[in-house]
Amino acid sequence: MTIKSNMIATGDLFPSEPRRGRVATFVRRHPTIVAGGGILFLMVLIAVFAQWIATIDPDKIAPIKRNREPTAEFWFGTDMLGRDLFSRVVYGARVSLLVGFAVAVCATFLGLVTGLAAGAYRRLDMVIMRLMDGLMSVPPILLAIALMAAVGGSVFNVILAISIAEFPRMSRLVRGLVLSIREQAYIDGAIASGSSMPKIIVKHILPNTLGPIMVQATYICSAAMITEAALSFIGAGTPPSIPSWGGIMNEGRMLWQIKPYIILFPAVFLSLTVLAVNLLGDGLRDALDPRAASRI
Amino acid sequence: MPILNVSELRTHFRGERGPVRAVENVSFTLESGETIAIVGESGSGKSVTSLSIMRLLAGGRARSSGRIEFLGRDILSLGEAEMRKIRGNEIGMIFQEPMTSLNPVLTIGRQIAETLILHQHLSRAQARARAIEMLRLVDIPAAEQRIDEYPHQLSGGMRQRVMIAMALACEPKLLIADEPTTALDVTIQAQVLELMADLQKRTGTAIILITHDLGVVADVADRVIVMYAGRTVEEATTKDLFLHPLHPYTRGLLATIAKLGSSLDDNAASRLTEIPGQVPSLHESIPGCAFASRCPLVTDLCRHTAPSFEAVEPDHKVACHHVERRLQA
Repeated sequence: MTIKSNMIATGDLFPSEPRRGRVATFVRRHPTIVAGGGILFLMVLIAVFAQWIATIDPDKIAPIKRNREPTAEFWFGTDMLGRDLFSRVVYGARVSLLVGFAVAVCATFLGLVTGLAAGAYRRLDMVIMRLMDGLMSVPPILLAIALMAAVGGSVFNVILAISIAEFPRMSRLVRGLVLSIREQAYIDGAIASGSSMPKIIVKHILPNTLGPIMVQATYICSAAMITEAALSFIGAGTPPSIPSWGGIMNEGRMLWQIKPYIILFPAVFLSLTVLAVNLLGDGLRDALDPRAASRI
Repeated sequence: MPILNVSELRTHFRGERGPVRAVENVSFTLESGETIAIVGESGSGKSVTSLSIMRLLAGGRARSSGRIEFLGRDILSLGEAEMRKIRGNEIGMIFQEPMTSLNPVLTIGRQIAETLILHQHLSRAQARARAIEMLRLVDIPAAEQRIDEYPHQLSGGMRQRVMIAMALACEPKLLIADEPTTALDVTIQAQVLELMADLQKRTGTAIILITHDLGVVADVADRVIVMYAGRTVEEATTKDLFLHPLHPYTRGLLATIAKLGSSLDDNAASRLTEIPGQVPSLHESIPGCAFASRCPLVTDLCRHTAPSFEAVEPDHKVACHHVERRLQA
């Protein structure tokens, strides 16, 4: 007589994998954050350490060496005044990043204040949102040009103008988030426990909006960089004395058919930086969206 | 002195098709340490009654009249700032959905501490210590660790315990529990009810329990108020109500409870009964008895004249024209 042995499956369904470090796990889960953040970090380093990275004073005019092709001495060549393009592009990172980050912060702040107020107080809602509609009815670049024409060219004014052009979108987003969050049961709970409306806005509503706001802020940052370059390109942005990518492209415009590299290098840097910020934003969106099952 | 005295409370909503009479002439009193249950089906006005007491209905679209006297103060005439001092401090509230009633981005400790800092003016450290104490009180194991967890890390029963801890943190004189156990499964339900009864014994809090679950009522309430279409139809001690229901609606309600041992056989006596008809629309003003359209005892008198809500026995009030006949029978 044979005893039939019952075959019972044993063993873990997840065979033990080699344990990855926290860094490796993060890279695997969020490749876009790592790639975008990495490039952006590099650009920030370039901007911060521009004076050591740049090989030659970016404003030094050397008429005898003008319109040189890229060589070992002038890595990106020289422009029509003989200024070193590599140094100018490196210094140009300062303006782009400064404007991008500053606008992201300013527009987010303005958008938060107006959006929270509009979402929380019905009476303000109508007024604020109609104002935003008005601002949004003008394309941001046109609005920025108009504002620049009114106040004159400086980095501060560029930041201000682009912030005003960009913040209505943030305001709308925040208002929408507030409207959906305030219907949550925990907001009723907070009211029932005696909190006043301003307290509820700061303590309960604001923290719940931060994820989408961070994502939107990155998009505003990249849009601001492009707008800044466009403003400088048409001469409505930073004054010509400050090297900026848009400005360099503008200076190279006349010669673009025979000396395309003058436009090419700043364009590549601008595209890379904007791409990096967008990658970071996409990555953050996926990472912060609770519905995306990327964690499993 | 009663802790809460509600008299002739009416709450109406502004609707697109005229006013919605959600609560009509509701009166009751509540002594300290007492548990009163308000029962009724959906739309009977029980939740609106509790929200009116807390003054949590949107000012533009809801209006209340009558008197709500809480510790001698008329709640309906208080300013908003004074009202905020009462909410969460002297009257605590527990909501139905434990899954959504906690803020997902704040730790439970911070949420419990918030009311304490707000009302008791404790420091952060003191509030935290008290929050841990409250979590222990509601039987949450390892309170020191749990306090730093987020709501999604807790089960439904645990979250409802946290809600109770929050509501009781400031030792309110009155606790309003709006269907506190509806979203919980039966074993957790029993635990939560037991916990509430236990905490009441220790703190002497009066409780208004709003529910449609008569099993819960029988378990914990001292007195029961039955609401129908925004009106109170019967009020009695729990025992009295279950043994001698006087209003036809209460009888119908009690008959709808499934009994252990009843079967699905054709035997008519053991079939689950229902009350025929529908709750009348709250848009129309009802001149007579609200239950007239569904009542088996209805007469012309019921259709034209609303019965008064009167005590027919000590501690037993009912609004029905046919009570006398019923009592004699």
